[in-house]
Amino acid sequence: MSILVNRHTRVITQGITGSQGLFHTKQAIEYGTQMVGGVTPGKGGTTVEGVPVFNTVADAVRETGANASVIYVPPAFAADAIMEAVDAELDLVICITEGIPVLDMVKVKRYMQGRHTRLIGPNCPGVITPAECKIGIMPGYIHTPGKVGVVSRSGTLTYEAVYQLTVRDIGQSTAVGIGGDPVNGTNFVDVLKQFQDDPDTEAVIMIGEIGGTAEEQAAEYVRDHMTKPVVGFIAGATAPPGRRMGHAGAIISGGSGTAESKIKTMESCGIRVAPTPSEMGSTLYSVLEQKGLLERCKISK
Amino acid sequence: MNIHEYQAKAVLAQYGVAVPQGKVAFTVEEAVEVARELGGKAVVKAQIHAGGRGKAGGVKLARSLEEVEESSRALLGKVLVTHQTGPAGKVVKRLLIEQLTDIKKEYYIGLVLDRAIGRIVMMASAEGGMEIEEVAAKTPEKIFREQIDPATGLIPFQARNLAFQIGIPSELVNKAVKFMMALYAAFVDKDCSIAEINPLVVTGDGNVLALDAKLNFDDNSLYRQPQIQELRDLDEEDPKETEATKFGLTYIALDGNIGCMVNGAGLAMATMDTIKYYGGEPANFLDVGGGATEEKVTEAFKIILSDKNVKGILVNIFGGIMKCDIIANGVIAAARQIGLDKPLVVRLEGTNVDLGKKILNESELNIVAADSLADAAQKMVALV
Repeated sequence: MSILVNRHTRVITQGITGSQGLFHTKQAIEYGTQMVGGVTPGKGGTTVEGVPVFNTVADAVRETGANASVIYVPPAFAADAIMEAVDAELDLVICITEGIPVLDMVKVKRYMQGRHTRLIGPNCPGVITPAECKIGIMPGYIHTPGKVGVVSRSGTLTYEAVYQLTVRDIGQSTAVGIGGDPVNGTNFVDVLKQFQDDPDTEAVIMIGEIGGTAEEQAAEYVRDHMTKPVVGFIAGATAPPGRRMGHAGAIISGGSGTAESKIKTMESCGIRVAPTPSEMGSTLYSVLEQKGLLERCKISK
Repeated sequence: MNIHEYQAKAVLAQYGVAVPQGKVAFTVEEAVEVARELGGKAVVKAQIHAGGRGKAGGVKLARSLEEVEESSRALLGKVLVTHQTGPAGKVVKRLLIEQLTDIKKEYYIGLVLDRAIGRIVMMASAEGGMEIEEVAAKTPEKIFREQIDPATGLIPFQARNLAFQIGIPSELVNKAVKFMMALYAAFVDKDCSIAEINPLVVTGDGNVLALDAKLNFDDNSLYRQPQIQELRDLDEEDPKETEATKFGLTYIALDGNIGCMVNGAGLAMATMDTIKYYGGEPANFLDVGGGATEEKVTEAFKIILSDKNVKGILVNIFGGIMKCDIIANGVIAAARQIGLDKPLVVRLEGTNVDLGKKILNESELNIVAADSLADAAQKMVALV
């Protein structure tokens, strides 16, 4: 088992004829993801990488039975693309696009109220259930199927964590990048809840960064509702206040959102926090050992 | 992106937000001329991109043209150090010359994004003139909030609620509501990320005015805000950061001596943290992004090295879609082109990592290879 995506997920790419969309659709097909179609307005009726292209998401869903979409369209058009996918009632929409205007996302969030679609991102690496379904820009080969869930605001730090697990023979159930923007579709709590309910996830690594209070809320959720061990890391302990550290959401404002306060809250809620990013894997390993979960989480070779 | 107070007031005035009369001056002569138009008396306000100007002596009352001249002469060219500028301070190059205002009472009005709910929130307080963070920490009950539904925008009753809660005199509530509605319209139309009116003042002649105004803009939206782009003041920005933006790099200067080049914002922050953890000080944040080319890597090196404090460079790349051999070639080409004479520690991981390491080893350049981020940070700290 896994969360969000699996071998049955049927995926379309919005922006499939753009260079990013094309490249990553190809990569996803090679990985074994069921890519069933693509959307580029005006290119309907053509075929790309062996999959049919449609003018609208509604057409694509009707013709292919897709239940998920991945968005690679440029930032100025991304909010429109997300809302089109939500209107087509897809279960899952993953938006990779970086640089979407914040007020566009405020509108998207409002538009999604009361609708059943789950949005992951934007500005995220995507979601992967190893050996079953890869949606996004993460390198597939560093992942191994297994029982540890990974959730993160940062792309490359997710790879770092996954890689540290894989080299220790610890596989992953699903790795989810929720994205680095201040307004996103899915937060830590949403993902943690799914990992808690997933019978095949035994433990979770949660990677946060400075800015906002999503990690604090997640920590309280872990304390109150999770029986599975959670290990954490927070990036940005050395970031100066008031500066946006690459990610639009990574900014310490008005003394809130510091790494120090996040780490403190997480530890007080029972989350073991790795002191450096190099120790995310080893910290989880030692927690698994302590809890007697190591054998269950080790990949049998 | 930030703009100056006088620019913010001009933007807000377009939407009907009431502001005091005034004009920018770049020279003492211009300052005196503006003051003459205002009737001889004026407030002389230093224009820099930082708060706390009043406490730092950047705002002066002038009751005659002579005093305007004197204050302008004292402020232009002066380095102003406030709690937001850092110890180096900022040079004052522009002044706002503004009419004197008969202040009866000061308030606070702000618009920010509430990330937890994904909506804009209007905040109001009767504690005008104070730092809102300080009010929030000490007396949070004195801050009132209204969440704004993007489908309706700010509704007049919400503005009225706030006006009554902070104690705007009843006869001026309608003016305050008009002010708040105009402020919200400007915020949305110009893609602001923060709007702060601190203080908002009620005047002796019964007006509601923005005595100070701070607007920040969402960088992601600048492509559709040509008017705002033109307000950019490059004097207020680090030239290295401006240069980096041209090449699609995100660079932020810091105070340390270890230059960093990393792919991904989270990993770049984590790399800085790890350097600090092992006793070093990072000189910068630098994210080369997902599609680092040889040209980008070369430019990144040039920008890092233009910081004279840098004693060594740590490169940390987790190659996903980006292949390590391409990065390795880029690093070597860049180091050769620049004639790098400082220690270079490289940590590569990911796609084609063995090939990448081999290329670095055979380069005959003085490159220290590292196996993990911790290893890289320790080796770098030992070298500088």
